Amino acid sequence: MSEVIHIEANINGRDRAFEVAANHTLLDVLRDQLGLTGTKECCVVGECGACTVVVDGMPMNSCLMLAVEIDGRDVISVEGLATDGRLSTLQQAFLDVSAPQCGFCIPGQLMSAHAFLQRNLDPSIEDVHEALGGNLCRCAGYLQITEAVMLAAKAGRE
Amino acid sequence: MKEFSYERPESLDDALRLLAASGSEVEVLAGGTDLVIAMRDGQSQPKVVVDLKRITEFYPSLMWAGDTVTLSATATMAETVDDEGINKHFPALAEAAVVVGSVQIRNRATLLGNICNGSPAADTAPPLLAYDAIIVVAGPDGTRRVEIDEFIVGPGRTALQDGEIAVALELRLPSRPLGSAYERMTRRKGTDLASVTLCATVDDAGITRVAFGSVGPRAWLRTDESGVLADPDASDEAKAAVFEEIFADATPSVRSLRASPDYRRAMLRVLGARAVRRALRRLQELQGVS
Ligand code: FES
Ligand code: FES
Repeated sequence: MSEVIHIEANINGRDRAFEVAANHTLLDVLRDQLGLTGTKECCVVGECGACTVVVDGMPMNSCLMLAVEIDGRDVISVEGLATDGRLSTLQQAFLDVSAPQCGFCIPGQLMSAHAFLQRNLDPSIEDVHEALGGNLCRCAGYLQITEAVMLAAKAGRE
Repeated sequence: MKEFSYERPESLDDALRLLAASGSEVEVLAGGTDLVIAMRDGQSQPKVVVDLKRITEFYPSLMWAGDTVTLSATATMAETVDDEGINKHFPALAEAAVVVGSVQIRNRATLLGNICNGSPAADTAPPLLAYDAIIVVAGPDGTRRVEIDEFIVGPGRTALQDGEIAVALELRLPSRPLGSAYERMTRRKGTDLASVTLCATVDDAGITRVAFGSVGPRAWLRTDESGVLADPDASDEAKAAVFEEIFADATPSVRSLRASPDYRRAMLRVLGARAVRRALRRLQELQGVS
């Protein structure tokens, strides 16, 4: 029997208390236990960024974390970006420039970009490339993704 | 992932007790960017995982006191890169830490973990060797301080014994003006293991140190006391001869898919020359200011 641990964490703005198995990753728990399937599973070795969530303001690969490690922390997944049914500026910018193609990488891209824009609303293209360097897009929509982040930054400045 | 029990001690003593009680079937968790992968594919099957991140002694993770900066077992790559003092005094370390993985990885991966993991390709090993880092090791019989050159042993191996935890890494300000630079060779930028890693330092007495990794079982540190490498007027032939000697122990793996041995050996020289050039420039800048 796997050890089960009681944890408390703020997930997408809501305080939650639940049990997790010691050997489950944050990605496992988000998707299979909390039903937050916006976070994607892909390489599970920290290379693609599809599983990116924001923990205490920092983007992290949820496939490389044990779920128990979020005890006491704030986690935002892609489901936490829209408020009251309205897309965030960043999400809208992705749509406006048609950044998503198949869409699989987009939740991860959004989370990296979201955390990045909290710190820097006046980035250069290189800054965006660096910030999103850990997010691969198999459809190679990098141009549009970068454009979307620049657009959201501009909207954020205004 | 196999089942294990998870422990989250709040003091170093408790962590050491847990380690002592679990023998060799225990893994220590800090950033987890290597460990979680190893546990998932069964390479590592611990009975107990001891998470170090609630140990109060480890905070603040990065601290300057006098001429020494101490980075605890919980200091991440991102924290290392963001520290002003590190960038100023140990720029090659900042350059090495900032190319590890991605933003997501650097927010998690720890500097000490990079060394404890024992990868010959660890980006931070060459600069830490060149800067003479000290690893502080706590165990059942107290604390010992190990020079990093002794600490690094071979692939996946360090001087850590069962029951011990690497608790901190210390760097002392160089005693004399020192220029330094880090170079690496990868197939692509970002999220790739390096085919060659190299750090060069040059001091005002003309002593050049070159530390390099990913071309053998561990990263090595070599010194050129002849002054040839640090001499901007020395001929390329003279420098090539010195590099020849410095890189004599490089034995790149023939099995690696990342780069062939010949290519790696050739690139060692290119990166060596590049790093020495940049280190010299930094030394000159330092001297210009002082
Ligand atoms: S699934 Fe986590 S980085 Fe690829
Ligand atoms: S949109 Fe298809 S992987 Fe990025």
